[in-house]
Amino acid sequence: MILWWIGDVLLIAVVLPVVVYLLKGVLDAARGIEPSVTRIAQAATAGSKDLDAVPLLLTTQEHVKTTVEVVAGYGGSLDVIIDDAE
Amino acid sequence: MPAAGVVLIIAVVLIVLALVYFVVSTIVSLMRITSGLDEAIAAVTEIAEKTAPVEAVVKDINRNLDAGVDLLEGLLVKKAGLVDAMGLVEGLYPGAAAAGLRNFPDSTEVEPPRIAEVYTKGTLTLARLGREAPIAAASPSGPVLRNVEGGSLEARLLYPENRQSRPERLPRSPVVGTGAPVQYPPSEQRGGTTPGEAEVRDKGPWAETAAEGIVPAELGGSDAPREMLADDRELGSEALGETTGSDEPATEAGIDPAAGDEADATTDRGPARPDGEEPDLKDAAAPPRQVDQ
Repeated sequence: MILWWIGDVLLIAVVLPVVVYLLKGVLDAARGIEPSVTRIAQAATAGSKDLDAVPLLLTTQEHVKTTVEVVAGYGGSLDVIIDDAE
Repeated sequence: MPAAGVVLIIAVVLIVLALVYFVVSTIVSLMRITSGLDEAIAAVTEIAEKTAPVEAVVKDINRNLDAGVDLLEGLLVKKAGLVDAMGLVEGLYPGAAAAGLRNFPDSTEVEPPRIAEVYTKGTLTLARLGREAPIAAASPSGPVLRNVEGGSLEARLLYPENRQSRPERLPRSPVVGTGAPVQYPPSEQRGGTTPGEAEVRDKGPWAETAAEGIVPAELGGSDAPREMLADDRELGSEALGETTGSDEPATEAGIDPAAGDEADATTDRGPARPDGEEPDLKDAAAPPRQVDQ
């Protein structure tokens, strides 16, 4: 009978607190991740929306190409009408 | 059942309850995390898809810009020479010459000439455009392009002479009206300017006549005393006009403003003709001939 009582005391005084402590730690860690994940999702969504202007790079690419062509034509003309330095 | 057994059962139940609470709470939290990660992964995938073509496009843009820079640098150095090119760059963007030209590593060692301070704007272009131009020709007094005072004038002399070199030799603009420094009597004011001595010499005796007036006052010209003039009202001062001798505007004093836009010189202004006299029409314009009609 004394062994039964000893087992009860150990179960209540040692095992239960340890179980509660460990499980609470796991729960706290899980709950700590939640806001971080939420912020990551919000940042990724905002970043994706910011990149909606990326297709405009194609327009920029065309404009740069056209501008360089005009500069090349202008430079070629100058090369013809202006004497070289040496 | 002994009391120790009852306590044991209660302890086990408490442990199981604790397990259930914390495990279920952890499961709920993990489910929220999973949902958030799914949302984040979708957004990140979208970012990856949107940025996929950026590298190729930016590389193409950079390649074109590099070609433009190479072209402009090469053209500048080819036409102006490396030293003058650095001077031009320094003149346009002070401090930029220290960075040098990308395709000309030696350009960083060049001491840029102070072209912007020496050359008048456009002078260098003129020099490059025309090697035969005076500004580019050898001069006994040294290269004029390097002459701060002479560079601009030499460039301007390429164009037809006007006021750019000798403005002090041009006559001043004439002053006319009541504020003119020299006032002439009416008999000398008709038929243009009164000829001077040089003009009389050039044009001959008739110009001298004009200088004295077509009809001098002593012979009964329009500025002769009233008693010398003929008794012909049509030739009076109202018909010929006269110098008012006043600085007041003639429009306010000479025209009846009551007539307004409908004012007519023949009705609102003009000489008062005596009743019963016919107008003198000898100077009126003749009608066209019948053959011309």
